Amino acid sequence: MWMQPQANPGPSKLQSMSQGQPISSITPATPRMAIRDLSFYYGANRALKNITLDLPDKKVTGMIGPSGCGKSTLLRVLNRMFDLYPGQRAEGEVIMDGENILSPDTDLNALRSNVGMVFQKPTPFPMSIYDNIAFGVRLHEKLDRAEMDARVEWALTRAALWGEVRDRLRTPAAGLSGGQQQRLCIARTIAIRPEVILLDEPTSALDPISTLKIEELIDELKREFTIAIVTHNMQQAARCADQVAFFYLGELIEVAPAGQLFTAPRQKKTQEYITGRFG
Amino acid sequence: MTRLATPQAAIGIRLGRRRRRTDQISRVLATAATLIAMGLLAWILFTLLRLGIPGLRLPVFTTVTKAPGDNGGLANAIVGSILQTALGTAIGTPIGLLAGTYLAEYSGRSAFGGAVRFVSDILLSAPSILIGLFIFSVLVAPFGGFSGLAGAAALAVIVIPIVVRTTEDMLRLVPITLREAAIALGAPRWKTTLLICYRAALDGILTGVLLAVARVAGETAPLLFTSLGNSDYAGLGSAMASLPVTIYQYAASAFNDWVQLAWTGALLITLGVLGLNIIARQIVRRR
Repeated sequence: MWMQPQANPGPSKLQSMSQGQPISSITPATPRMAIRDLSFYYGANRALKNITLDLPDKKVTGMIGPSGCGKSTLLRVLNRMFDLYPGQRAEGEVIMDGENILSPDTDLNALRSNVGMVFQKPTPFPMSIYDNIAFGVRLHEKLDRAEMDARVEWALTRAALWGEVRDRLRTPAAGLSGGQQQRLCIARTIAIRPEVILLDEPTSALDPISTLKIEELIDELKREFTIAIVTHNMQQAARCADQVAFFYLGELIEVAPAGQLFTAPRQKKTQEYITGRFG
Repeated sequence: MTRLATPQAAIGIRLGRRRRRTDQISRVLATAATLIAMGLLAWILFTLLRLGIPGLRLPVFTTVTKAPGDNGGLANAIVGSILQTALGTAIGTPIGLLAGTYLAEYSGRSAFGGAVRFVSDILLSAPSILIGLFIFSVLVAPFGGFSGLAGAAALAVIVIPIVVRTTEDMLRLVPITLREAAIALGAPRWKTTLLICYRAALDGILTGVLLAVARVAGETAPLLFTSLGNSDYAGLGSAMASLPVTIYQYAASAFNDWVQLAWTGALLITLGVLGLNIIARQIVRRR
């Protein structure tokens, strides 16, 4: 497993140094989400098999693999989206802030405010640009007018959209281009200040310029958020991700730092996939 | 190639001729059918205008129905129709809206949902006179009298299945991804339905309600046994006049001025329904 020293929330650097040990070896990044022995079923069909994977804090985890390998399914476990559909169930644990989010006691609305999700196709709500952002915020916080204005501007700025929409915040979001709509969806997600953002093929419906903008955005966002991105585009995974996980037929075949996975994969299957022999 | 060398080519030409002929015949048939349908509609409208317009004078709107020869109007019938239609819609719409929401958002593939949908569809095509008789037996006979309320209730029963169907259909058109997007933000189910799905389906639902209003505004049979009719203004608690029932009574009468009022009333209903339909179309087109 790839490790990176983190000041927070592990033992403080001072503490470690006072114990005279090298920082990097004893202060592994506490994962923001720790997936442990996770299996997932669509009815009787087992779509994920004993997945164990860490999402390191404020890093981008890329998930790649051929269609149907379970990578999107895994994302939908992390915010319990699958709960909407009877017949789907998860076994195992996903630990976040010391709690297993798969527990039946989990407050799903609170979890989802903490683990945001952006979908493959832009899904602007049928309302104004401003209200698209404010909708999610209002679900969880009571802000006065000025605070809400500030939050909307903050989120749109973070999503690199503010400059393009500042003069038409009250117009319908449906009037934006596809790329702008997707950045609006990202803005909407970060406006409620989650810790984790799940991106499910966020650029597959977009043109190259919009894709580039979103990738730059992801690079920017990882300073503040832990990100998991599912993508069919290996170049995108190489560009955006810090660590990459390769899935095949519901199994996690290999996880490694992006540079290593794409240049020196340890598994034969990974090598075959990234060299385009199947998938 | 200038000559047709092969037998296949000759067959092709023959086939081409036959196809062209088939095409011409079906085109003529389709055009004729369209002309017949449109012609009948135009004929009805023309007759309505020709016979209705001469009676279209201010007293029609200001004077109540009177005895033959007394220069009566339709004011009480117009007010009665508006009141009963409005009340019927006000009762039927929320029920239909909630039932349609249940079917689209909550019933899934349950047997109960299927049963509700089936019953609602039957109600949708039930003869309206049956609905009138039903309300007569549960609201008029037991409570000792005809009333505008009973009329409105009968109209509400007609409104409900129309609104159920359009609400369900329109909500089902809302993409599942939109619901998931709202839920992914931490929105509870009811807020997703109320603030996102309804908003996305609003135009369609509104159109359905307007079409329901247009439908019940012209209904006669359900009112015959419920609000009956009244020669003067009346409260909802007593028998109440309505345009369709007045037309029904006047059109069959032997008095020329009543027959004239019937035509004028028919014209008014038609214009009203036409207006509602145009509004509904405008709403849809606004998208």
